[in-house]
Amino acid sequence: MTALIETRGLCAFYGDVQVLFGLDLAVEEGGITALLGANGAGKTTTLRALCGMVRSRGEIRFAGQSIAGLLTETIVRRGIAHVPEGRGTFSRQTVEENLQIGAITRRDRAGIAADIERVYGYFPRLKERRNQQAGTLSGGEQQMLAVGRAMMLRPRLMLLDEPSFGLAPMIVEEMFAIFGTLNRRERMSMLIVEQNAALVLALADRAYLIETGSLVMAGSASEVGGDENIRRSYLGY
Amino acid sequence: MGLFLHQVLAGIATGGIYACMGLAVVMIYQAIDHLNFAQGEMAMFSTFVAWQLIQWGAPYWVAFLATVAISFAAGVAIDRIVFKPIHGAPVLSHVVVFIAMLSILNSGAGYIWDYQIKTFPSPFGSGNLFGQNLVSRHDAGMIAVTLMMLMALYFFFRHTRIGLAMRAAAASPDSARLAGIRVGWMVALGWGMAAAIGAIAGMMIAPVVFLEPNMMISILLYGFAGAVLGGLTSPGGAVLGGFAVGVIENLAATYIPGAGRELKLTIALFIIVAVLIFKPGGLFGRRVVSRV
Repeated sequence: MTALIETRGLCAFYGDVQVLFGLDLAVEEGGITALLGANGAGKTTTLRALCGMVRSRGEIRFAGQSIAGLLTETIVRRGIAHVPEGRGTFSRQTVEENLQIGAITRRDRAGIAADIERVYGYFPRLKERRNQQAGTLSGGEQQMLAVGRAMMLRPRLMLLDEPSFGLAPMIVEEMFAIFGTLNRRERMSMLIVEQNAALVLALADRAYLIETGSLVMAGSASEVGGDENIRRSYLGY
Repeated sequence: MGLFLHQVLAGIATGGIYACMGLAVVMIYQAIDHLNFAQGEMAMFSTFVAWQLIQWGAPYWVAFLATVAISFAAGVAIDRIVFKPIHGAPVLSHVVVFIAMLSILNSGAGYIWDYQIKTFPSPFGSGNLFGQNLVSRHDAGMIAVTLMMLMALYFFFRHTRIGLAMRAAAASPDSARLAGIRVGWMVALGWGMAAAIGAIAGMMIAPVVFLEPNMMISILLYGFAGAVLGGLTSPGGAVLGGFAVGVIENLAATYIPGAGRELKLTIALFIIVAVLIFKPGGLFGRRVVSRV
């Protein structure tokens, strides 16, 4: 399987402070990769570096082409959707407008309308609230909206930053089931950063473990999840 | 009663101009979080350009449309050339650049066209509308043009894709980038539109206040007052604020004993300060809380 996105020697900086030290990672086409690690390890920074939101050095290739140094909006237009920490909801716009914003780079009106209905199909709660101001939605609903907005891009790769954060367990289960469906049905590749390791390892096929900006382990999800020492030291169970 | 209605309508007419200037300021404020102190001088310069085109023989509406187009292009150029490079700079740096632009445009206009007061034609004719003593033809025309422009802008922002993209870019630039929106170009578009709105305002008010390099200074002040009254985070509020300032200053001058033309501006600003004491965010604005 070819890598859809891969990095070689990825370093990232906040001002003068270096936070990522030469990461080599890859997400296979059609695969789901988990990015695990303790708080402050650099998981969110990695996703931001992939999207050009933070100063970085090193190779980043998407579908064979280098995207290092490109503007965020250019990278997004190439087919990468990023569901950020904090969800990035447009609070003053309605749910439906949020989805329309997600599709703003597309020109096919019929396709956009069909995709909005598809998002509502996955998230019926959003349909109920379609004309409500997005800022009034609950945390779980805003997370669904963020995923819906990303889906509207019809991306080849979806980056998800802690999608379970602050959500009730039942909603989290629902959400991860939908990720699985999106991956199987729509062939959407995913890179998921998660604190809830057990949950994401059950879904993913590959996993990386980061500690203070460096890779400490890479392998299949079962390898990483099965390693006793790793589980106890880093994943807490 | 006739006097009251006449003053209200005259107030709405000039209020429309304040609303336009206030709207232009708020549009740029929403795009870059800074107040464009040079908005009035940009409008004045545009009006001089229109005057020059008319002097060269262009019919009024041709000169009008050409000026709007030129002003739009100039607004985009000013953003890309002057403000894009200082994007992350501190507030004071921006203030200095705005003041510099103000001086350059003011002196430039004075140098090119001199400081002698000039008349600027009104396309609506002189005298009163339908001969009644209610509202002058020019005032009625100003109200019509202002309302048409505001309705067009409302339609643009609410019902077009690019209007939605601009709103998204203003609301949350980072999230907008993640949707693929070219935020830099949305800001440039905001600048162009603000410049065009200012040009229309300038060309509408010039027949009343006469064309000279300092003509927009107090008008911009009224526009700021209206924008602050309505709330700097609310374009609709800025527009309503502008109309309110126009009506208040006219009624105050007419009905408050002792207040003549000299105290119009003072009274209007006094009322605005009073409102802000109770509602610092303006009547329709939101208070913005920054996490330290």
